[in-house]
Amino acid sequence: MSKAINTTIIPLKYCIQWMYKNLFSSPIDCVITLSLCLFITWFFPPLLDWFILQATFIGEGSEQCTNDGACWIFVREFLPQFIFGFYPEESRWRLVTAVIIAILFIGIQIVFKKKYLKILTPTLIASYPIIAFILLYGGAFGLDIIETHQWGGLFLTLVIAIVGIAGAFPLGVALALGRQSNLPIIRAFCRLFIELWRGVPLITVLFMASVMLPLFLPQGLDIDKLLRVLICIMLFASAYLAEVIRGGIQSIPSGQQEAATALGLSYWHTTRYIILPQALQHVIPGIVNTFIGLFKDTTLVLIVGLFDFLGIVQAAATNPKWLGHAIEGYIFAAFVFWCFCFSMSRFSRHLEQRSHLKAKPTTHPT
Amino acid sequence: MNTSNNIIVFDQVNKWYGNLHVLKDINLSISKGEKWVICGPSGSGKSTLIRCINNLETYQSGQLQVNTKVPQQVGMVFQQFNLFPHLSVLENCTLSPVRVKGQDQQAAVDIAMHYLTRVNIAEKAHQYPHQLSGGQQQRVALARALAMEPEIMLFDEPTSALDPEMIKEVLDAMMELADSGITMVCVTHEMGFARQVADHVVFMDQGSIIETGQPIDFFDNPQQPRTQQFLQKILPY
Repeated sequence: MSKAINTTIIPLKYCIQWMYKNLFSSPIDCVITLSLCLFITWFFPPLLDWFILQATFIGEGSEQCTNDGACWIFVREFLPQFIFGFYPEESRWRLVTAVIIAILFIGIQIVFKKKYLKILTPTLIASYPIIAFILLYGGAFGLDIIETHQWGGLFLTLVIAIVGIAGAFPLGVALALGRQSNLPIIRAFCRLFIELWRGVPLITVLFMASVMLPLFLPQGLDIDKLLRVLICIMLFASAYLAEVIRGGIQSIPSGQQEAATALGLSYWHTTRYIILPQALQHVIPGIVNTFIGLFKDTTLVLIVGLFDFLGIVQAAATNPKWLGHAIEGYIFAAFVFWCFCFSMSRFSRHLEQRSHLKAKPTTHPT
Repeated sequence: MNTSNNIIVFDQVNKWYGNLHVLKDINLSISKGEKWVICGPSGSGKSTLIRCINNLETYQSGQLQVNTKVPQQVGMVFQQFNLFPHLSVLENCTLSPVRVKGQDQQAAVDIAMHYLTRVNIAEKAHQYPHQLSGGQQQRVALARALAMEPEIMLFDEPTSALDPEMIKEVLDAMMELADSGITMVCVTHEMGFARQVADHVVFMDQGSIIETGQPIDFFDNPQQPRTQQFLQKILPY
């Protein structure tokens, strides 16, 4: 009996205490709290109305959207296009397969023991790009070739982001190491490279790649436009990444290098087993920050005529049958982008928490 | 002195940092199996001297001969331990034997466990450095160096960064090691250790060797006024 009373009374008491401490502890706090409450009551109901209460969810065609709220039928109608772009409908199973294989490969990393992964992981990492390329592009095993100008939507966004990240990371590490090198030519080259790519806006780079570059190439030689864009984004991101990683390398106390040298470890062994593992752990937030930036920068490929996710949404909004529904499309696009970026940020937190167990500095006697 | 038995020979070694003359005409012959202790005020060049032995420092003139494989066969223990924080104690001790000497994993683990047992810290093999006390970390650092099975061990103020109650456990491990016949060169201010273990004590000041002697002569009957001053300061009672 007394238990029941406790559970009802204590939370209420606790609630009032909490509100007093956090919301009304001073006159200024009271004013801020009240004005925020007012703002919410003024702002929130219309939003709720538009998003849910007055919105249309069921039906077909824009004629059904007679209410004042959002017309989510628009998003539903175009969803396959948002995701797959102009990829032929009968071949979309290939993209789904590629995603399933990726999930499978990641699953293997979690399920299998460390002992087996030593050989397995490099094999999977090496084979996935080939598998994905054959599935996406075709041209082998009886799969039709699907030209990259037919690629689009969320699928294209992910291709650019993943290839960009996968390529920029090793390149960024190499540039960061090169910039610290004892060899003056390598050092100068890496510095020049980094300063050059950091110094120009991505839009300029993309324009150069898609408009200017073909002018310089010999006739008949044509590099795929998507490939050019991929390389540009990769190089662009690697320059930013290199500086982040360099910061990590410089944060390693010199004693680590000395201990490694004293043990006879070579430059490459020291870099691979001592310096990089620690340096990368230190700059996980910065690295993920760069990756999130890269992910959002993929939307810029629209200006060179590639239809990424946002591009497709924009194109769908100009469909004569669906005029006036651009807002729903943009909100949906924003939501999808947020989901991806937020996942990356959570993943980064996970990596940080895992690594900080092991990476506390040990240079101070306890 | 039997020259063929010399394992480390300094011959007129000089080193400058810019204009700063940090090693002045250093002459020193260390025979196999000998224990040398180097002491002196801070900035006297004693750390620089032993760091020349395993190529952590270069010198500008003179000759330094080390008759073993450098740096593989020269182990070093640092003032700040310098364990690899992202590797477990065991991994700290097996990394170099596996990567540098090409030992297979299991053999390296066996050897590492042997030396961890010897410095009395085998039970921490699977922990990470930050979970250990300073004294424990320094003993792991010693085991890590020994796992390479070196011919020469260098100690660069191994107890200076330790809390007083942890100094003994490290010195005990070093004394135990001294019995094994390995060549040891220690920069330290632990005069008790020097008296008990050293064959020779070197006193350095401002980059020069001021006095060299056997511990009994050195401590009880120092010849140079500068040495007498120094000993008075560090051995007040």
